[in-house]
Amino acid sequence: MNSPSAALTIGGVTKRFGGLVAVNNISFTLPANKVLGLIGPNGSGKTTMINLISGALKPSAGAIHLHGDSISDRSASEIATLGLSRTFQIVRMLPGLTVLENVQAGGVFGHRRMWGTELREHSRALLQKVGLQGVDDTVVSALTYIDQKRVELARALVADPKVLLLDEWLAGLNPTELKTGIALIEQLRTEGRTIMIVEHVMDAIRSLCDTCVVMNSGAKIAEGTPREVLSDAEVIRAYLGDIDA
Amino acid sequence: MDIIIIGLLLGGTYALMAMGLQLQYGVARIMNLANGEMLVAGAFGTFWFYSATKFSPLISLAVIVPLAFAANWAIYRVLITPLVRRAKSQGQLEVDSILATFGLSFIFVGGLLALFGGDYLSYSYLARPIFILGQPYGLNRVTAFIGALALCAGLYIWLHKTRAGLALRAVAVSPSAAGLVSINVPRASALAFALGGAVTAAGGSLLSIFLTFDASLGVVFTLKALVIVIMGGVSDIRGAIVAAFILGLAETIVASLVDPGLTLAAAYVLFIVILLIKPEGLFGRRSS
Amino acid sequence: MSNADTHGDTKPTAFAQAMLDLRESAVLSGTEKRNLAICAIVAALWALLPLFSTGYILSLGISITIFAGLATSWTLFSGPTNYISLATAAFFGIGMYTVAGGVNLLPYPVLILIAAVAGALFAALIGLATLRISGVYFVIFSLGLAELVRQVVSWGQHVMGTSSGLYVLVDRSDSVFFWQLLVFTLVVFLVSWWIGRSRLGFALRIIGNDEVVAVHCGINTARAKVTLFIISSTFAAIAGALVAPRWSYVEPTLAFSPFLSFQVVIMSLLGGVHRLWGPLVGVIPFTIMWEFISAKFPSQTTLLLGVAFLLIVYFIPHGFVGLIEDFSRRRSGIWAALRSKWQAKGGGHE
Ligand SMILES: Nc1ncnc2c1ncn2[C@@H]1O[C@H](COP(=O)(O)OP(=O)(O)OP(=O)(O)O)[C@@H](O)[C@H]1O
Ligand SMILES: [Mg+2]
Repeated sequence: MNSPSAALTIGGVTKRFGGLVAVNNISFTLPANKVLGLIGPNGSGKTTMINLISGALKPSAGAIHLHGDSISDRSASEIATLGLSRTFQIVRMLPGLTVLENVQAGGVFGHRRMWGTELREHSRALLQKVGLQGVDDTVVSALTYIDQKRVELARALVADPKVLLLDEWLAGLNPTELKTGIALIEQLRTEGRTIMIVEHVMDAIRSLCDTCVVMNSGAKIAEGTPREVLSDAEVIRAYLGDIDA
Repeated sequence: MDIIIIGLLLGGTYALMAMGLQLQYGVARIMNLANGEMLVAGAFGTFWFYSATKFSPLISLAVIVPLAFAANWAIYRVLITPLVRRAKSQGQLEVDSILATFGLSFIFVGGLLALFGGDYLSYSYLARPIFILGQPYGLNRVTAFIGALALCAGLYIWLHKTRAGLALRAVAVSPSAAGLVSINVPRASALAFALGGAVTAAGGSLLSIFLTFDASLGVVFTLKALVIVIMGGVSDIRGAIVAAFILGLAETIVASLVDPGLTLAAAYVLFIVILLIKPEGLFGRRSS
Repeated sequence: MSNADTHGDTKPTAFAQAMLDLRESAVLSGTEKRNLAICAIVAALWALLPLFSTGYILSLGISITIFAGLATSWTLFSGPTNYISLATAAFFGIGMYTVAGGVNLLPYPVLILIAAVAGALFAALIGLATLRISGVYFVIFSLGLAELVRQVVSWGQHVMGTSSGLYVLVDRSDSVFFWQLLVFTLVVFLVSWWIGRSRLGFALRIIGNDEVVAVHCGINTARAKVTLFIISSTFAAIAGALVAPRWSYVEPTLAFSPFLSFQVVIMSLLGGVHRLWGPLVGVIPFTIMWEFISAKFPSQTTLLLGVAFLLIVYFIPHGFVGLIEDFSRRRSGIWAALRSKWQAKGGGHE
């Protein structure tokens, strides 16, 4: 069923919170070495979708496969060791740890397990890659919000994940920072990483994504290339509201 | 049959005690490990009142409840507020308040030891039988049960029919949202904490009518109240009442069929069952 | 190169991984060697105590040694995770009762082993029931645990018709007893140090900071917590087994006294729970002060202990270690300020 190049397969996934259906029978596929954008208005269920994939939440129905392995019934830590990393919409730092240790955290028991010098050197290299230098031993609370986001990205990358989920990683950046941010993800993409991004920044969606899935009120309303979906009438209506009504 | 009735009679008083803890933990969000000591203090207060005046222990409530309210208000203001202020996160507040109230519980025990000594205290009041369905039961147990039910009902009505009660329930659901609709959250929390302490002390007064107490018994009652609250759900009063009756029954069964010294084991067995099967409480929905 | 799939099939086996870990952690840095050397010297000096003193001082030394072991092992679990265990007395009592109950049947060293196994099994049960769910349930569970075990032990004795007090008569001089405890405490220290620099220790710090992040980093949080809780509790049980002969008369209310749990928590907090040597810094002054207080105000001990506890929670929340580190940071800050001022002045002269 799963085509060999499918990194992540979402099959008919539903999540209910009491009476609220936050994710409603969603299916899509993220091919390996591609970037998929998941977009939709506020509260449409994007973060819930990420939580379902990463194992933070269990689906009420449906199946999720990572490179053919069913992960919808596994714990979040197992899913991480199978090679899935994520960042959080609201940055989650480990406040008692240094910047370097925050990055190392991703590698101790992650998909690629490392320890000691290897982990330290690898984490340093990643900090440099995301553009953070000379702050290895500072406490994370001393960093700006943007730099904390960089640390979180480095932490997600350190275990060399097969699939990376970014939840509004570009939100809150100013125009210059946004450019660097987009360039950074672009670099990950050219390395051949498989990424799913949730974004409200349409420029980023246009320039980064191979395909796009659009959600509204928990349901999938469109899928296709960024150009196709962003000109779709229903998508425009979902974002701007029904003008006739 | 009489095991069931004795169990239910005990459960009534436990329900009151658990409501006290629920106000403190569910509304004020303070895990009060000195809760049981407050209960023992109420029991000792009634003992002292009864020995000194020979008035009915029920009348002592009129003194003990306001005193306990004031004492708990002061505890919240003096001891808890600084912790709330300095806490950077809910987790930190939880750890700090656990530590602070744990220390406080030892102060209570020490104080009670200094005032009353280390012996078991009890008094005899209404120690005559009353016949229910042809079986004799201690009139003192029945009296305590009726007293507890009356207080529970009063509290329930107050919480559901008054503005202040509504405010407390709002804070229980979400302190930040309650703040947005101009509820004074610190004040509501202090009120809930003080009221919870007063209710707990009243529970102690009523229990003292038919149980013997010593100064070190507080921890057992803290644990029982916590087990009830966990079993019933942190902010679900009906759940707590059902859970209180279940614990009362379980304890009575263990006490009469196995050994009266093992009542805590009954509470722990229930605790483990709940943790393994339904950690969100009897009527709670799984939130994750 | 960093194509995600390359690592999939080259994953080392668990055994090979463990060997790699071991080799990696066997490499000591310069500071670590120095610290170990300091530790060895201090322990060697402390071991000389029975040669110079007997009676009162030695018994104070014994108290300090045993509490250092208990507080360090408490901190091993509760320090990084913030899961406050109030159950030390339960495990300590289990160890003590294992010895008291079997002293006429089996040799003493075997009993110590049995105590350790019993403590470990009990901790595993409790850990599996409570630590899979986060937070406050564990604390609550631990709160009444000593009392629960006490009730069950008393009941068991009642059913079997034995008397509640038991005599433990093992022939040991005070000095041998002291050295035994010292070895125990050293083992606790070494194990804590080793764990602190291992993957497991790091995982525990991550858990203590943010459990959600920890699981998303691939950490099996339940397993890490249960493992550490078992190790920490086993030490408490062994401590109980070691102390039993010194008490010579063991009784449920004494063996499972909640006081012990309380003292261990208070000493650890007083010292500071984020450094290996933190608890030790709390244990020494507290034990000495406590000797004094319990001699002066024997009937007010509970009250005073409670007051001391509150003072620590409110005024030294990070313990002595926090104070010391604050102070040295401020001092280096002052030095830096002075230096820059001086340099600025020097610049003015030129
Ligand atoms: N744990 C939860 N319990 C109950 N409801 C939830 C929970 N998590 C999310 N929801 C609800 O599910 C819906 C979808 O929320 P979600 O956070 O997934 O939206 P989103 O698309 O990420 O929005 P945004 O763009 O604002 O981040 C919302 O109505 C939200 O209130
Ligand atoms: Mg979102």
